[in-house]
Amino acid sequence: MTTPLVLTVNGQAVSVEVHPRTLLVELLRDTLRLTGTHIGCDTGQCGACTVQLDGRAVKSCTVLALQAQASEVTTIEGIATAGGELHPMQAAFKEYHALQCGFCTPGMVISALDLLKHNANPSEADVRQGLDGNLCRCTGYHNIVKAVLAAAAAMRP
Amino acid sequence: MYAFDYVRPQTLKEAAAALRKSDQARFLAGGQSLVQALRLRLARPPLLIDLRAIDELNGIRVANNVVSIGAMTRHADVAAAKEVQRAIPALARVAAGIGDRQVRNQGTLGGSLANADPAADYPAAVLGLGATIVTSKREIPADKFFLGLFETALKPGEIIVRVDFPQPLRAGYAKFRHPASRFALVGVFVCDTTSGVRVAVTGAGPCAFRVKRMEKVLAKAFTPQAIEKIVLPAEGLNSDIHAAADYRAHLVTVMAQRAVTAAAKL
Repeated sequence: MTTPLVLTVNGQAVSVEVHPRTLLVELLRDTLRLTGTHIGCDTGQCGACTVQLDGRAVKSCTVLALQAQASEVTTIEGIATAGGELHPMQAAFKEYHALQCGFCTPGMVISALDLLKHNANPSEADVRQGLDGNLCRCTGYHNIVKAVLAAAAAMRP
Repeated sequence: MYAFDYVRPQTLKEAAAALRKSDQARFLAGGQSLVQALRLRLARPPLLIDLRAIDELNGIRVANNVVSIGAMTRHADVAAAKEVQRAIPALARVAAGIGDRQVRNQGTLGGSLANADPAADYPAAVLGLGATIVTSKREIPADKFFLGLFETALKPGEIIVRVDFPQPLRAGYAKFRHPASRFALVGVFVCDTTSGVRVAVTGAGPCAFRVKRMEKVLAKAFTPQAIEKIVLPAEGLNSDIHAAADYRAHLVTVMAQRAVTAAAKL
């Protein structure tokens, strides 16, 4: 039996019928075709599926779609401006070559934004520790940390 | 994941009524343990009762030297709450050290306690501070709450409403964090109050427990040196691929000393 689900995704109203066991990441990828949100480990460890749920970074593989009832979800597709201009965090990832295969990048960007929301002026250690919910198997994190520090500087008013 | 039905009641009464329809139903808090358990088919409830929309389960209040935290309050909100940081800084630090940022943004106090994972952080703080777990039916002292592996004093249909933490003179928490899961291999919460010292351990046994031998000694001298010779017997402690029981026994002493140091600094 399906249940009605109403929420906002990247600023757009969404109204769908879902089976209760549908995960948020399945709704985003399979129903809404927002495939920028990745499924990495599938067990809540890697953070590749991280999205914003009411402004908080959460793992969409560990949240039921129905838990997002009446909520606002932002995925990586909703981070850049409508005109396609990269968000300063995305621009910094590009500038500092903070990705190799790119699989972890959407989740990294969302988590990094969550980090800066709580700490606009983080140290290198703050960034390394603050991204511990996101695994990257290519970069060794070094350029990711550089990018987040650069984005923090660019985003400070 | 097996199929299940889902309801989102607005009040505690509606939640209790939903449970009466299906005695195998499970309450859903933040879902950071339960959703993964469902996915691994470790749990197979016919019905999930989501507690998110029940207003009285939310919020943080401080009055008369008691910090009251609603069961559905997320770890990130406890960690960031100025009133918690002021009244019981060690409690804010416990919340700030749970899992990772995404888990803290979704996981809840009540969910953690009801699940009673042997390696969870909150049970050490709740037991260490001598908190009271207020449910939809009664008040349960922390000393009577944790009964065993994933086992609590909660009766079927009983919902945690809030937890009342009495403000201590000083308190500290230290954990040896598993680097991948971020759970506590061993975590020790030490708390100094006008009525004595409490030492609570998580990660080492089937559930959180107190170490009365350390409490007695710390009541006389609240220093890390005072307990350096007190090592728990390894028998009965957890032993797995991450750490053997005797290593966990060793860690209890070391983490307790670090918790005392942390408490003395605050």
